[in-house]
Amino acid sequence: MIDKIRSADRRRVGFLTSVSDRWQALPKWQKAIGVVALLVFVYSLPYLGKLPGGLMIPGLNNLRTDSIDGGNNWAGVLFVCAIYVLVAIGLNVVVGLAGLLDLGYIGFFAIGAYSVALFGSVNSPVVKWIQQEFNLPPTWAVTWGICLLIAIVLTMISGVLLGWPTLRLRGDYLAIVTLGFGEIIRIVARNATGVTNGPVGISAIPGPEGPPSADNKVFGLIDAKPWYWLAITFVLLIVILVRRLEHSRVGRAWLAVREDEDAAAVMGVYPFKFKLWAFAMGAALGGLAGFLFGSRNAFIDPTQFNANLSILFVAMVVVGGSGNMIGVSLGAVLLAYLPERFRDFADYRWLAFGLAMVLVMILRPQGLIPSRRRARELKDRAAEAEEAPAHV
Amino acid sequence: MHFDELIGHLGQHTVDGLSKGAIYALIALGYTLVYGVLRLINFAHSEVFMVGTFSVLILWTQLGVQNNPPIGQAILFLVLGLVVAAVASGGTALALERIAYRPLRRKNAPPLIFLITAIGLSLVFVELFGQVLPKLLGGVLPEAFGRPRQIVGMPTIIQQETLFTVGNTAITNIQLIVFVSAVAMMALLDWFINRTRYGRGVRAVAQNPETAALMGVNQERVIMLIFVLGGIMAGAAALLWSMRFGFTQNSIGFVLGLKAFTAAVLGGIGNLRGALLGGLFLGIVEVYGATLFASNWEDVIAFVVLIVVLMFRPTGLLGESLGRARA
Repeated sequence: MIDKIRSADRRRVGFLTSVSDRWQALPKWQKAIGVVALLVFVYSLPYLGKLPGGLMIPGLNNLRTDSIDGGNNWAGVLFVCAIYVLVAIGLNVVVGLAGLLDLGYIGFFAIGAYSVALFGSVNSPVVKWIQQEFNLPPTWAVTWGICLLIAIVLTMISGVLLGWPTLRLRGDYLAIVTLGFGEIIRIVARNATGVTNGPVGISAIPGPEGPPSADNKVFGLIDAKPWYWLAITFVLLIVILVRRLEHSRVGRAWLAVREDEDAAAVMGVYPFKFKLWAFAMGAALGGLAGFLFGSRNAFIDPTQFNANLSILFVAMVVVGGSGNMIGVSLGAVLLAYLPERFRDFADYRWLAFGLAMVLVMILRPQGLIPSRRRARELKDRAAEAEEAPAHV
Repeated sequence: MHFDELIGHLGQHTVDGLSKGAIYALIALGYTLVYGVLRLINFAHSEVFMVGTFSVLILWTQLGVQNNPPIGQAILFLVLGLVVAAVASGGTALALERIAYRPLRRKNAPPLIFLITAIGLSLVFVELFGQVLPKLLGGVLPEAFGRPRQIVGMPTIIQQETLFTVGNTAITNIQLIVFVSAVAMMALLDWFINRTRYGRGVRAVAQNPETAALMGVNQERVIMLIFVLGGIMAGAAALLWSMRFGFTQNSIGFVLGLKAFTAAVLGGIGNLRGALLGGLFLGIVEVYGATLFASNWEDVIAFVVLIVVLMFRPTGLLGESLGRARA
């Protein structure tokens, strides 16, 4: 049975590699057509199976989450998927490329969400304090665009602050410390009532059109489609950015540090510096995702950022295939979409995520869509183990 | 900042901290043993503890234990609880090793893969006890598992009362039992590792696995042994926890496990006596900190301690080595 699954899996991976080889070999104009087709598909996903004129396509319609009883708004689910893809791509920089296990990613996500809440909402104690100090009108708050900058800068700084003392530690210690960091952020958000409103949370978080109100034409509370398009635009920008980064000197340095830190250091790659870069980059992307999440939700409180989500994020990356951007995006979409579409199973989703992590790690540690380089690395280690039955 | 409160009742806070830290120390032993031999953080160890508390809960509900039983019965319930918790926790730890870690060891997987597997396992256990078992056993054990993921109370076995007071420090019977039995368990383990044949095997594998194998030590058996030993200690901690706090929950292991790990690192991970020292120290620091600031900052204090220790003395107070555990 297991052998059968293994051989099927091998054939599947063989198919994937051949597809990717063929894609690489295509002439440029055909690639361009492919990319445009993909973009059109991604942007029209909210209309999947249900065209604007009220036309239904039965087969595709069943894929929508609102096709079942009590299912969530389809565009809303797509928005969450896009946010998770953003998170997965950010975490992939840290886990997949630089090989640092970050179990406190939710901390950065929370900082991103809280930066738009604290500076952008008129209900936040921070904005109220600024209004008082500078005699500003009670409707004053920092605009959305500047909040975006604040979110990215704050998360980058917190990434560096967390990374500076901890990145010199061994990898497994780092994991536990980051886990503690995620908890600290949540507890601070809950306890520092004077700054964050504590468990009460912060409402009236602005979107691109300003604070939530009935006058907003595009980014309203009800129609999630514009939010999805906004998020997916960010995802595409980030994909291009990270892709460029991956193939730059920095990206190569990350891979070198991941595969062998000492060898990298000997070759003149200063591991600490590049690890810190990876941490800051990853943190900023997590913050961006949290920022979008907070501004779509228009309300946040500390319970939305518990440690389970950090583990879900790691699960997305490792199940999808750490190191491979397509893999981690697929992992993110699967883990966000499946529990929404199959609501009967939603109670058991955490169990399923846990099982998926364990099974993937034991049976194919490189993930569903592996990065070729990572797969070779793991194969090498396994071969070494067979030659000399060594000890961990 | 409540300095007066802290200084005024320093003795009381120290005693509270010690009895709290004793439980951390017992759990920390599981991390330390596994780390000492395998250089692996058994992240799922917190769930070994959680399973222990649930086994005690199931036992006591099945026996129909009422609040405040007569002393003879109370002792019987505690001893039975210890046995059941030790078996359940030890068994869980062993199952973790056989099902998850052994196949990975065969493949010489990188440490991060072990850690991710352990996190997955931990999630599986939390959900099994939070969601699956309540649904399966909900009819059989209505009292124990009513609603998924909720806190479940347990009967009070021993009524808390002040045993004696020294100055303005009151020492309760429960605090004394927790502290004494935790230290006794640890002394037993220390004796086992340092004085017995099996213990020598454990130390040998921790020092140098290849040489130990050449000398005829069965490595796999040693690895199983340390997982079981760590599990038994977690089981004992689970019983003490159930007796002292009288509740459990499926997610109870997360924060407690993190603190126990902090204790292990604080004392020097891989070092048995370090785990005791680290646990007690962390318990005291936490109680002091909670008094100084406010009790809702308690968890933050433990994590900050962890970060500070790792920054300035990553090998912990006593240094990390199970092989030279006699030091």
